[in-house]
Amino acid sequence: MNAPSDTIAQYNFAYLDEQTKRMIRRAILKAIAIPGYQVPFASREMPMPYGWGTGGVQVTASIIGPDDVLKVIDQGADDTTNAVSIRAFFQKVAHVAVTTHTADATIVQTRHRIPEEPLKEGQVLVYQVPIPEPLRFLEPRETETRKMHALEEYGLMHVKLYEDIAQHGHIATTFAYPVKVEGRYVMDPSPTPKFDNPKMHMSRALQLFGAGREKRIYAVPPHTRVESLDFEDHPFEVQRFDEPCALCGGMDVYLDEVILDDQGGRMFVCSDTDHCEERRDAGHRGHLAGEDGPPSSISEGGTQ
Amino acid sequence: MTDEPLLRVRSVSKFYGNRIGCEDISFDLWPGEVLAVVGESGSGKTTLLNCLSTRLMPTSGSVAYRMRDNAFHDLYRMSEAERRMLMRTDWGFVHQNPADGLRMTVSAGANVGERLMAVGDRHYGRIRAAATDWLGRVEIAEDRIDDQPRAFSGGMRQRLQIARNLVTGPRLVFMDEPTGGLDVSVQARLLDLLRGLVHELGLSAIVVTHDLAVARLLSHRMIVMKDGHVVESGLTDRVLDDPQAPYTQLLVSSILQV
Amino acid sequence: MATPLVVSEVAKSFTMHLQGGIRLPVVADVSFSLAAGECAVLGGPSGAGKSSILKMIYGSYAVDRGQVIVTHRGNLVNLATADPRTVLAVRRDTIGYVSQFLRAVPRVSARDVVAEPLIARGVALSDARGKAEALLARLNLPERLWALPPATFSGGEQQRVNIARGFITDHPVLLLDEPTASLDKANRAIVIAMIAEKKAAGVALLGIFHDHEVRQAVADHIIDVTHFAPDRQAA
Repeated sequence: MNAPSDTIAQYNFAYLDEQTKRMIRRAILKAIAIPGYQVPFASREMPMPYGWGTGGVQVTASIIGPDDVLKVIDQGADDTTNAVSIRAFFQKVAHVAVTTHTADATIVQTRHRIPEEPLKEGQVLVYQVPIPEPLRFLEPRETETRKMHALEEYGLMHVKLYEDIAQHGHIATTFAYPVKVEGRYVMDPSPTPKFDNPKMHMSRALQLFGAGREKRIYAVPPHTRVESLDFEDHPFEVQRFDEPCALCGGMDVYLDEVILDDQGGRMFVCSDTDHCEERRDAGHRGHLAGEDGPPSSISEGGTQ
Repeated sequence: MTDEPLLRVRSVSKFYGNRIGCEDISFDLWPGEVLAVVGESGSGKTTLLNCLSTRLMPTSGSVAYRMRDNAFHDLYRMSEAERRMLMRTDWGFVHQNPADGLRMTVSAGANVGERLMAVGDRHYGRIRAAATDWLGRVEIAEDRIDDQPRAFSGGMRQRLQIARNLVTGPRLVFMDEPTGGLDVSVQARLLDLLRGLVHELGLSAIVVTHDLAVARLLSHRMIVMKDGHVVESGLTDRVLDDPQAPYTQLLVSSILQV
Repeated sequence: MATPLVVSEVAKSFTMHLQGGIRLPVVADVSFSLAAGECAVLGGPSGAGKSSILKMIYGSYAVDRGQVIVTHRGNLVNLATADPRTVLAVRRDTIGYVSQFLRAVPRVSARDVVAEPLIARGVALSDARGKAEALLARLNLPERLWALPPATFSGGEQQRVNIARGFITDHPVLLLDEPTASLDKANRAIVIAMIAEKKAAGVALLGIFHDHEVRQAVADHIIDVTHFAPDRQAA
């Protein structure tokens, strides 16, 4: 083909063909209708390896329209390889506008974080999911786990939490912390830190989960109960950080540890880069941000 | 307490193609009664056990269980959810190989606690206390509670499996060669433990075994099976002391005397 | 006088299927009754079928023909045809049995072996154990043995555990299969006294005693088992 080199006209809008998008949309609709239930779908080969977000990309490709504004984050950051590549991919195949600002996005595709800024009505959060089955590590038989979901036999999930307490004295699971959706299905929220679990509860945004290799889609519709499993005498708790973000001074946010040198020096900074930047733009300062001058751009900042 | 059986078995048959697994088996099991099903390998005793415990759908016949509301329910007309609920609350199943009945990669405490969590107990302290208590009752030291059964001996695993089954206070326990793979001394300890627990808890049990000594020690009543059929049944000491059927006489006379 | 047990026209034979199905008649037309407060003794030479009769009454041997009627909780029960569950209920409440040999269960202490029939009838553990200890003491079983399982005891010690177990309850019928066979004179005298007490309490006893002295001491009448010999019957 002699396609012009500056466009990729031979691709359908958003890469997937329309029949595939219809199929995925049907799966999404079913998933929304049964919150937390894993809907099988015919996952396609995508131009990226499994584990790089093929499930999330297919979900995004099926719901994105020309007017959407896309934000992509990887561990909270807009500027890491996975985020940059996926953002570029949709710019190329859908010509959509992109942003790093959570508030401006209509679709946020995420790998393992939920933005600090509360999501609004009309926004869609698309999760990239490696292993959708929360019972997998305790019960390897897929036939059995499906039956357990169908019959609401979730005692096993608590076995895992029991083991945590027995070994560590508290529930030590810090990510992919199991939740119960709308009082019915137990769901793996993907490897997000449990810090983000409360944000899923009664969220005003639609949350969609895509697992490409495992060929499953599931969803949490807006205003849906999402409860983290726990014990009466060991209630669910989120991680707490002893210090604020070193750059923006933010409290009550999820922090990443950054090693500064080989002398043991380190700092803790916001995992959500957009959030951090906006706070610094608003004049907030952490102890390592420097007192004067314009706030450093995130791409030149200390989080690399 | 009503004077009715716990389990009513009527004309249960299981065919594998045109091969007989077991044929036309009927009996009642009463509360507190231990029934031994004996016979050699291939006699159909395990097929029967599986048909009774909903693990295998019989070709014909009915198995009715008296639930806690005293109403009889046909096991094979229940929904799968009800059957599975029954299996993990009111029933127990002790496998010959403990690895089939345990989760080998979670701790002993969690193995025992799982059934409590499955019926909705959400208090860690209480679950752990119950697990500790049950490990004690099956003579497993308390300090092994956080060890995985992979680190246990065969006899300990079997005792753990029993604790795991009994923690929810079941009324009926199925046992498939519970002392099968164990040393003689370990067997004696397990048998004695089982006997004590069955007495103490007033359990009903169906024990499949090829070992007549096990049947003698544990059971009130016996069924002798051969080629899928019951050849003799009755009070355990009557069957063993005065066997009537040729096959039972052969079995009894084949016991090695020490 | 009450007759708690009536045996009528009972016959028993063994069919040896492993020996080509030969049939060994043991007894035929066994008929007698037991009166409350009396001790009947089965008499006759070895092999006459005395033990078989006891075992038929207790239910551990099948009965070919005839009836074994026992008064069980005010009802008449035919043990020859009763289902296993009924036989077990009769054993729990009505017919006690002191066998010739103790079938020891590993790891159960002598005290608990003796207490078990009471516990099975719902007596509190401490009461049952107390009563067991009193009986063991009376039978001169050394106290250091009470907490041990009887499997390693001598024949006489096992026998005394067995007797205590049989005598601990107030069953209205008590079967005794040579309870004094391996006892010394002093202990035999104690058993004789215990049998007398059972009689005084209105228990009907049926026993086999090879020891002439014991038999003389306890028997109210002798049932001659040779009268039930099957060949005589056939003649």
